[in-house]
Parts: sequence; structure tokens; C-alpha cells
Amino acid sequence: MEYAQKAVENSGTAIGIRGKDGVVFGVEKLVRSKLYEVGANKRIFNIDTHIGSAVAGLLADARHVVDTAREEAANYRYNYGESIPLKYLTNRVSMYVHAYTLYSSMRPFGVSMILGSYDEGLPQLYMIDPSGVSWGYFGCAIGKAQQTAKTEIEKLKTKEMPISEVVKEVAKIIHIVHDEVKDKAFELELSWVGEQTQGRHVLVPDDIKEEAIRYANEALKEPDDEEDQAIG
Amino acid sequence: MNKEVSTGTTIAAVEFKDGVVIGADSRTTTGPYIANRVSNKLTKVTDYIYCCRSGSAADTEAVSDIVHYHLSFYRMELGEEPRVRVAAHIFKDLCYNYRDSITAGIIVAGWDKHRGGQVFSIPIGGMITRMPFAIGGSGSTYLYGFVDANYKSGMSKEECLKFTANALALAMSRDGSSGGIINLAAITKHGVEKIILTGDEIPKFNEEF
Repeated sequence: MEYAQKAVENSGTAIGIRGKDGVVFGVEKLVRSKLYEVGANKRIFNIDTHIGSAVAGLLADARHVVDTAREEAANYRYNYGESIPLKYLTNRVSMYVHAYTLYSSMRPFGVSMILGSYDEGLPQLYMIDPSGVSWGYFGCAIGKAQQTAKTEIEKLKTKEMPISEVVKEVAKIIHIVHDEVKDKAFELELSWVGEQTQGRHVLVPDDIKEEAIRYANEALKEPDDEEDQAIG
Repeated sequence: MNKEVSTGTTIAAVEFKDGVVIGADSRTTTGPYIANRVSNKLTKVTDYIYCCRSGSAADTEAVSDIVHYHLSFYRMELGEEPRVRVAAHIFKDLCYNYRDSITAGIIVAGWDKHRGGQVFSIPIGGMITRMPFAIGGSGSTYLYGFVDANYKSGMSKEECLKFTANALALAMSRDGSSGGIINLAAITKHGVEKIILTGDEIPKFNEEF
């Protein structure tokens, strides 16, 4: 269990923020080798059309948990003819993750998972940790810099923000928490689900992503200027 | 006695702004013999969802029992009232999968907080369609002209009750396999309000013919 938690803490940060009309995911995907293709080893997944997830921890474990979640969502759709409520999906996946902590013959998943959906005008956000515990959130962060990221999220009035604004803040937070000294290269993954996307979880389009990154970089420069002035 | 029980029936359901009105006659037949003249074809599957049964009494009772089980389980697991669409979907699954073995024409109607009053028609092969109103059973063949002429969208609860009662009365007088009393129910967010029309309370049309 402790090692599973450690696996999550060593992973690049992933955050999810619930705005007033949707949910935005952001992932600081650390690129450990220059030889990887761009966009390899993605950490944002589609679970169902209306549900997205961002993960932190062991990627292989994460893909397995994502597969179970997808199966659960598909089964619900098959049985009841409707999209699965995120609350229920989270419960089912939590139970599955928790089961892996109960037996000596199995090791727990080294994964924390953020799940977000937009259904019938209601954005929802949940997080599942390796112990199988899950909570609903307005904003949450997992991985290396979860503490710093959480304090950054707390500064925002996310409940009133449209996701077009939230996406900029998400890009900013990921850039803030990225430690350039320890981890050099990283790719920013951004996705959202909300009113704008007709309730579908999709990657943020390139032009909006570029704009969010520009906003993030500009916001990052400002504090430096202030410091200079203070010294001057 | 080897004949099937209850193929002849008239059932109907109508959506209105805050809920649905459902109705049925009360005749259950075994061939020409009336096995029960006061049967209840409006069957509860949850507190807010009912079904109107037509076809084999045994088959439709069994199907609605199974749906009742599924929805009770669903309610416990999800912690909220099942939606009408979910109920209709489960009915459809059963009716479609067992289409070669059972005779069941079911109308599922009810209320949920997401989409208000809804009516779903599941005729014999296991098709499913949402409709503003639906009629079913052998008596319904006499009714298509009436409902097409008299249905208006945006009717009140009272208008829907009147519309349903009239339709049933007309079918019961023409169809030999429909008759007895009229069972009506209105389902809204407040739950179910049941109305029974007996004897002279049943609307009359052209009795001299």
C-alpha cells in the first residue's frame, strides 16, 4: 500500500478542476527520453463519451484500471440504455481498486485516478486513490506536486468559472508546479468535458491549448518582474 | 382450459406537463370465457413507474415481476429513483430476448425528476418507442381514429384523464375481449393517484346502436 502511494507521488502531476459548465484535466507528462515519439504514453483517457480521466502513478496499472472503468461504463449503457452516472462508476472502480488491497497474493495498483464528467448540465469530479478510497471534489491534484497544485487551485474561484477560463488556469498551474531543475522535458496534456464540447470528453484543441500555454508563460513571468522591482 | 389467459385488452397512456395518465379495462379472458371481470392491468414496478400489460397474463406478470426486481436493486445500488427510460429499457430487453417465447405488449409510463412524465410503448416484437401517448391491446384497433382526432398536445391532467377514459370506454364497447371497469392512474412527482370508474361512471357514447 505504501509503495503504491509512493508510485503516485513519484509521477508527474495531474490535476482536475470543476468549473461551472464542465471539467478540465491537465497533466504534466514527464518525458524521460528524447527517443520517445511526441504524444507517447498519454495519461488522459476517455472512459465513455461523457467521462474523462487523468492518472498518476504506474502507467501500466493505470491502463488496466481505465480498461475496467470503460468496461463498467459500457455494461451500464448496455443494461440500462443510458450513460453511467459518474458517482456510480467511481464507486464501482473504487471497489475494484480496493479489492486489490485485500489479498496477500495481489499487489495494490500504484495509481491515483481523477474522473470527471458533464451530464445533464452537471459537472462532476471524483478522485480514487490506490487504497480504493474515493471522494468528490471541486478541484484536485495527484502526483509529485499535488500539494503545491492544490494550494494553487484553492486560490481560484473555480465554481463560477467557465471552462474556457479554467483551461488557462490549469495550464498555468501545471507550468507552475513543474520543476525544471529535477525534471527537464515535459509535455502538457489538456482535456475537457462540458457545455462547449456538447458533453463529450475531448482533448483541448491545439489553438486553445497554445493560447492557454501563452497565458501560463506570461503569468509565470510577472512574479519575477515584481521581485526585480522589489530589489531595485 | 388450455387456452391462453387474456389476449384481449385495452390499455392507454398519455403524457402531460407534470406526469402521465395511464388506464386499462379490467377484462381477463380464456377464449370466450371471462376469467376475471375486475382484473388490474396497471402494474407497479416502482413508486413512480407503472406498466400497462396486454397479451398473455402469465407472461406479462412474470416480466413485470422481473423488472420490479431489477429496479428495486437499481434503486438500492444507485440510491435514487430509477428513470422511466431505464425501466422501459429493461422491459424491452426481456421482451426482445424472449420474443419467440412470450406474448407481451407493454406500455411503460411514469415520472422521474430528470425528464418528467414519459410514456414508452413496447409492442410484441420487443421494439421500443417513446411517444406522447400510446394505446395497446386488442381494443386499441378501434381507437386509432379517436385518438388521432382527439389528442391534443399540452393537455392538463384532467383533460388527459377524460381523454383516456373516453378512449377506453369506446374500445370496451366495441371490443368483445375488453370490458368491465376502467382503471385509471395519474403519476406525478407526488406519487400515484388511482381512479376507478365503475358502472354508470363509465363514459357513454351512442348507446342506442
